Amino acid sequence: MVKAVVTVMLKNGVLDPQGKAIAHALGTLGFAGVNDVRAGKVIELELSETDPAKARATAEEMARRLLANTVIESFRVSVDA
Amino acid sequence: MKSAIIVFPGINRERDMAIALAQSSGQAPRMVWHKETDLSGVDLVVIPGGFSFGDYLRCGAMAAHSPVMRAVHEHVARGGYVLGVCNGFQILTEAGILPGALLRNASLRFLSMNCHLRVERSDTVFTGQYQKGQTFRAVMAHGDGNYFASDATLDRLEAENLVALRYVSPAGDVVPEANLNGSARSIAGIYSPNLRVLGLMPHPEDLVDPLMGGTDGKPLFDALAAA
Repeated sequence: MVKAVVTVMLKNGVLDPQGKAIAHALGTLGFAGVNDVRAGKVIELELSETDPAKARATAEEMARRLLANTVIESFRVSVDA
Repeated sequence: MKSAIIVFPGINRERDMAIALAQSSGQAPRMVWHKETDLSGVDLVVIPGGFSFGDYLRCGAMAAHSPVMRAVHEHVARGGYVLGVCNGFQILTEAGILPGALLRNASLRFLSMNCHLRVERSDTVFTGQYQKGQTFRAVMAHGDGNYFASDATLDRLEAENLVALRYVSPAGDVVPEANLNGSARSIAGIYSPNLRVLGLMPHPEDLVDPLMGGTDGKPLFDALAAA
């Protein structure tokens, strides 16, 4: 059994108003020096596949087809055997 | 035209859309549940607004892979007409039937208010009863209506005259104050290359009867009924 973790972020150049709102809120909480914030999502996949390379390939295909909208998002996959 | 309205779990504007279509055409549209797979005999597929699949993952992302979508792709491939409104527009971009994507509104606020739209071309089955350059009122009800596409895609849409509608002031000017969701180039709606698929974020079906406060959206449905 392999766990694959897909991290999906908006591409650079795509407006992230949620990130901006979070940055503003951090400032209001008293944190200085927050120059930029971008917010994404993490999807954890528990796969019955045991080969980490195959699991990675499957997770990448899942990301391309559903988990990320490649018009606006990029993704990275990490695999834990 | 024989029309069908696709209903996904979480869609909530299908009945208002049915009212608008039936009022103009005299025929009740067929309501199609997202698990159905047969759209034969349908001329116009309508994907209405709402929160399909709770907007989980991304607006329209799950609906784009529902069983019915294979039939919708085939319908498009054989030159069928499609109208996608609000969540419907989001579903069409997620399905790759229209280019680009709809992001969270730039202001982060859910916009529930009037807007004005300018008709960029009046020679399509959807806009034949408007004048080119005409401005009409429509209703926004969306949190994720910020149209985005790469500069190359936006340039191509403009070069090929596929921008259907833009957010404008009541006088018809493209100004930031009229584009509250921050859409690229104030784009409110776009066509497919064959002009048979229209996706737009605002709701024309909200203004088809004086009781609703106006009939600005009625010409769109009248034009479809006359086609």
